[in-house]
Amino acid sequence: MSNGFDEAGTDIAPGDEAAAGGGVAQRVVGYLAGLGLAILLTATSFYVAGTDLVWQPSIPVALVVLAIAQMGVHLVFFLHITSGPDNANNVLALAFGVLIVILLMGGSLWIMTNLNHNMMPMDHIMQMQR
Amino acid sequence: MSAVGFSEVHGDSHALRGLGDGFGSDRGWSGPPPKRIVTGYGFWIFILSDMIMFAALFATYAVLHDQNAGGPSGHDLFNLRNVAIETGFLLASSFTCGVASIAADARNKIWFQMAMAVTCAFGLGFLAIEANEFADFVARGAGPTRSAFLSAFFTLVGCHGLHVSAGILWLLTMMAQVFAKGFRPDIQRRILCFALFWHALDIIWIAVFTVVYLLGSAT
Repeated sequence: MSNGFDEAGTDIAPGDEAAAGGGVAQRVVGYLAGLGLAILLTATSFYVAGTDLVWQPSIPVALVVLAIAQMGVHLVFFLHITSGPDNANNVLALAFGVLIVILLMGGSLWIMTNLNHNMMPMDHIMQMQR
Repeated sequence: MSAVGFSEVHGDSHALRGLGDGFGSDRGWSGPPPKRIVTGYGFWIFILSDMIMFAALFATYAVLHDQNAGGPSGHDLFNLRNVAIETGFLLASSFTCGVASIAADARNKIWFQMAMAVTCAFGLGFLAIEANEFADFVARGAGPTRSAFLSAFFTLVGCHGLHVSAGILWLLTMMAQVFAKGFRPDIQRRILCFALFWHALDIIWIAVFTVVYLLGSAT
């Protein structure tokens, strides 16, 4: 029966580029673009970390944002994880991984900050035990 | 999985896009997906689980980073110039690894071996700088036993270093296999997985240099 979708399969493996991608030169240009963006973001990170031109408390936030942006650049240009329908499985797996990572890191930091805040400092406990 | 787009054609509400419906149905099954997709997807799942392991180490480091028991802090120890060189090495190796993947797809042995050799050189350079840094810390009395901060630091950064070492062993294996057996489909799949692994290590390094070194050396 004819069911309207191609028999060859439309998924692509993570790390593979979409079949529509062109020849060798075009792919090399893709990697070069990724490399250029990554170098730009890295250089910005290192510059921002050492500068006193900007308001100091904003620096950690800026660094985290730059890092997440660079991870995005690597995912798209090097690992070829895109938003196309042929990538749905790869993106869903990535999304689940990101969810677990956020729960793990956010949860740990939240709980431990709370404990540090509520617990008596260690030297006080030592004194009480004497 | 060939059933992507199936739901639009048939308006079938329980056929999720791209989720491989057609199992057990008489409408959409046109055989299993090619082995390259299955292998790559399985390895992608492994990489994500590896990232979750690193997330646990990052959480440990973030909780312990100011518990230095009167010992040296990151601000006293870290040398950002070395970290910048390490980052440059890993970025360059990611690019040459991409060139190697392209050469493998084009079945060009000379370019593949050259790009892999350069990738290997950058990886070894990275490891040399890291080993130097670790030896320097230990010599200055800031070994992993000095404080909770340093234990977490050596565990996290050392674990990434171990991954890079394993990656280099894998890289050399791939060079030897392509040399001995050529670009067979199974070798091509291994090259795909290796490239995924190497690029994923670079992503983890972004988190390392941001969280450990840049945030850690700020006062």
